[in-house]
Amino acid sequence: MIGKLLSYDPPKSRVLGVVLAIIVLGLALAPFLFPGAAAINTAAKICIFIVLVASYDILIGYTGIVSFAQTMFFGIGGYGVGLSLYFLGPTWPVLALGIVIALILGVALAFVIGLVSLRVKAIFFAMITLAVASAFLILATQLSELTGGEDGRTFRVPELLRPGTKLLEAPLFGLEITGRIAAYYLVFLAALALFLVALRLVNSCFGRVLQAIRENESRAEALGYRVVYYRTLASCLSAALAVCAGVLSAIWLRYTGPETTLSFAIMLDVLLMVVIGGMGTLYGAVIGASLFILAQNYLQKLMGVASAATEGFPLLPRLLHPDRWLLLLGVLFVLSVYFFPTGIVGRLTQRARK
Amino acid sequence: MADRIPAEPLLRLEGVHTHIGQYHILQGVEFDVPEGGITMLLGRNGAGKTTALRTIMGLWQPSRGSVTFEGRAIGGLTTPEIALSGIAYVPETMAVFSDLTVEENMILAARSGPLDRKRLDWIFSFFPAMQKFWHSPAGVLSGGQKQMLAISRAIIEPRRLILIDEPTKGLAPAIIEGMIGAFEALKRETTILLVEQNFRFAASLGDTVAVMDDGRIVHRGTMTALSADEALQTRLLGLSLDAHQ
Amino acid sequence: MKKMRQNKKTEGDDMADISAPAAPSAPDAIPKKSLDLLPLALPLVIGLAAWLLIGSTTTWLTLTLAALAMGMMVFVIASGLTLVFGLMDVINFGHGAFIAIGAYLAMTVLAPLSGWVQADNLALNLAALLIAAVVAMIGTGALGLVFERIIIRPVYGQHLKQILITMGGLIVAEQLLHAIFGGDQKSMALPAGLRGAIIIGDLALEKYRLLAVAVGLAVFAAMQLTLNRSRIGLLIRAGVENSEMVEALGYRIRRLFVGVFVAGSALAGLGGVLWALYRETFTASIGGDVMVLVFIVIIIGGLGSVGGCFLGAILVAMMANYTAFLVPKVALASSILLMVAILMWRPQGLYPVAKR
Ligand SMILES: Nc1ncnc2c1ncn2[C@@H]1O[C@H](COP(=O)(O)OP(=O)(O)O)[C@@H](O)[C@H]1O
Ligand SMILES: [Mg+2]
Repeated sequence: MIGKLLSYDPPKSRVLGVVLAIIVLGLALAPFLFPGAAAINTAAKICIFIVLVASYDILIGYTGIVSFAQTMFFGIGGYGVGLSLYFLGPTWPVLALGIVIALILGVALAFVIGLVSLRVKAIFFAMITLAVASAFLILATQLSELTGGEDGRTFRVPELLRPGTKLLEAPLFGLEITGRIAAYYLVFLAALALFLVALRLVNSCFGRVLQAIRENESRAEALGYRVVYYRTLASCLSAALAVCAGVLSAIWLRYTGPETTLSFAIMLDVLLMVVIGGMGTLYGAVIGASLFILAQNYLQKLMGVASAATEGFPLLPRLLHPDRWLLLLGVLFVLSVYFFPTGIVGRLTQRARK
Repeated sequence: MADRIPAEPLLRLEGVHTHIGQYHILQGVEFDVPEGGITMLLGRNGAGKTTALRTIMGLWQPSRGSVTFEGRAIGGLTTPEIALSGIAYVPETMAVFSDLTVEENMILAARSGPLDRKRLDWIFSFFPAMQKFWHSPAGVLSGGQKQMLAISRAIIEPRRLILIDEPTKGLAPAIIEGMIGAFEALKRETTILLVEQNFRFAASLGDTVAVMDDGRIVHRGTMTALSADEALQTRLLGLSLDAHQ
Repeated sequence: MKKMRQNKKTEGDDMADISAPAAPSAPDAIPKKSLDLLPLALPLVIGLAAWLLIGSTTTWLTLTLAALAMGMMVFVIASGLTLVFGLMDVINFGHGAFIAIGAYLAMTVLAPLSGWVQADNLALNLAALLIAAVVAMIGTGALGLVFERIIIRPVYGQHLKQILITMGGLIVAEQLLHAIFGGDQKSMALPAGLRGAIIIGDLALEKYRLLAVAVGLAVFAAMQLTLNRSRIGLLIRAGVENSEMVEALGYRIRRLFVGVFVAGSALAGLGGVLWALYRETFTASIGGDVMVLVFIVIIIGGLGSVGGCFLGAILVAMMANYTAFLVPKVALASSILLMVAILMWRPQGLYPVAKR
């Protein structure tokens, strides 16, 4: 049963299996284990980013092409649902409509990008996605009558998911069961399902062809696989998953705006999560996202402390200022690509194999 | 000249292994190129001849074994260093710079300075097309003309050894006849290691010969001996009888 | 042999070429590479369409000058990148860092020269700018040398890592600039003599834009001269086509590459100076913003082609300036539409470079 759920691709190291089990259990029980708004927020964010990072790994890890537009699709999901709920009212059919619109738009865009860029050189893809994502970000901030511009849109979600809704009369295990808890479990279960779908995808025939192409493009072509076709399809599927992650994010935050969905900083976060967790293994997405988001909360505070402590030294306080969070990430990123290219999961499985 | 094998060869390969990625292509190649004349490297398609030339040129690094040129090990050197030591290379693809004119191709090939007019006239004497298309981009030349340009580049300055990979590939018989004349002129002044599929061409030019199969040398000797022994040819090269007309 | 028989049919026209020179051969039809002029019509078409849509010739001329100025600046930045790609198959996402560094260096140099900058003397103004530009180019060139050594060299031949590492390098560089110079917006005023416009009738030609066009054209001309008339240039063009053969002829392509990389970085630095002066304000993310245009330009032009890069830069800048006037909100999106349209027409870009 579990084997089938995991598409017969279980974690290949015992340590990894235990860590994954702890993460999944922790997320499943998060509202009960770690009460408080901040903790549940972090847990939801981890769930959402696991899906987003997994969607990205399908491209970078399994297909071997780099995209800088993953947050664009994330944003399309967020805006699709957010704007629908904002303009048409907070009902379930509207939510469904928003999801459908976002999926169609996202996949169509991914298809066109794939078509023009993957036909010739895979390297076009990185540049074109970067350009398209920048244009999309600018467009989203410029079309402010629709999108709310820089401020984004705050909207209401269907009744069941609102914090004010009380679902149970009495608290359960000391926890008030509100719409917020319902929303969390919606996010959690959807993320779990999407992750399992992604796992199925990469372990299907399709996923194996992708990996064959990644390993040796000309050989795969010689074996009769249409490389462009497979890559474009992979980028469409990856986009669809990212759209779904964006939908979850919108449902959870009840807000959508350029900073939280489209910004380049998020793209960098996702890149780092993939690299740290391990490219080419979806379990890496789980580890990378969890570790990164936990560290992010903690490290930014630490930087503040360090910056204050080094007051008086030249340049150091500025380098350690929490605003220079991206500097730390950038350095970390370069170092991990150099010295740690297989990521945590890669290291663990290598050790297990020995 | 045909049967003379000097004691110290110009180029010597000993136990050379070459890997391309995970594939083990050359598996202990051993042969000598004696000074002067033309050494033929023959073998079926996919035998590893091109890989052998590329390994000599440093375009693949040998994983084992030694390549000795004029008594000096060149196995670990880079391609430019090998070229500067006096080896010229005419690859199977000819690799003319199609964006550059014939003249510009030749200017780059003459790396020590301006083009030597007398030598150029000598080249024009057997490749007149080079003179005719001097100012044309190499990309518009025909296949045969590109081959002539590729060879001209290799000989515009004197080199100790010239590696040539299948110069007759895809050329019309009349042009191949012309090539034979050019090579006869060439071999009077330098040493040539020539990869060939065309046995008749090889037989008419070669002095010594090495035959490859499956990444190994399977025969070494003189061209005259191989030409005379049809059974051996058939065994080594899989030639059908009618191939000799 | 089999092969010979097959080929008896073909290549008959070669026979004349190996016959003795005296033999009266076929008419002397010397093949010339047909010049591909079609893409050159594109700027004319776009310009004409914009003229019709805008409806005012003076506005159109002002916009076109702005487009040419912007196009030249983008070309200066993009040319190095496209050559680096063509020559070594290296795509440097960190190129934008040099743009920003160039801008900050120029700002640092111009601060103590403010007397010259504000002087009512064009010669002094230009001298100040020249010094700033030279310092910026030397600085970014030197940094390019370091960047090539520690960021690029370890990842030759690995596109995925190249993209990731150079992107990381860009972020680190931007953040370091923020840390060193402070994260606020910087401003760099134009010298007195270059402010304002030359008025001809009711046409206003901004002086700085004219200067930018002149600098861009000078860089383009110098580049064309180098590429077509010098041995180094021939080597670069040959290397773009087949670097292995250049090595087999005895040239150390690695050195050539480092040289081109350094020159490309210096040009990006120069472009950064020009761009920052054009905008008059900038932050460390100036590089990232321009890079989006640069990528579009080199894709449109054909990766590795300097001429294509020049044309692509003009096209993108025209598109950006006309749409900024006509439908301001979709300026960047219009460049992307242009790129998609061109890739539909020529999937390799306007002037694809022949690769082995
Ligand atoms: N770049 C390469 N990658 C993998 N295999 C190669 C490569 N180049 C050549 N080979 C293999 O090496 C063998 C020898 O090739 P080659 O040296 O070109 O043979 P020849 O020149 O004798 O026809 C062939 O089996 C060929 O498939
Ligand atoms: Mg061969």
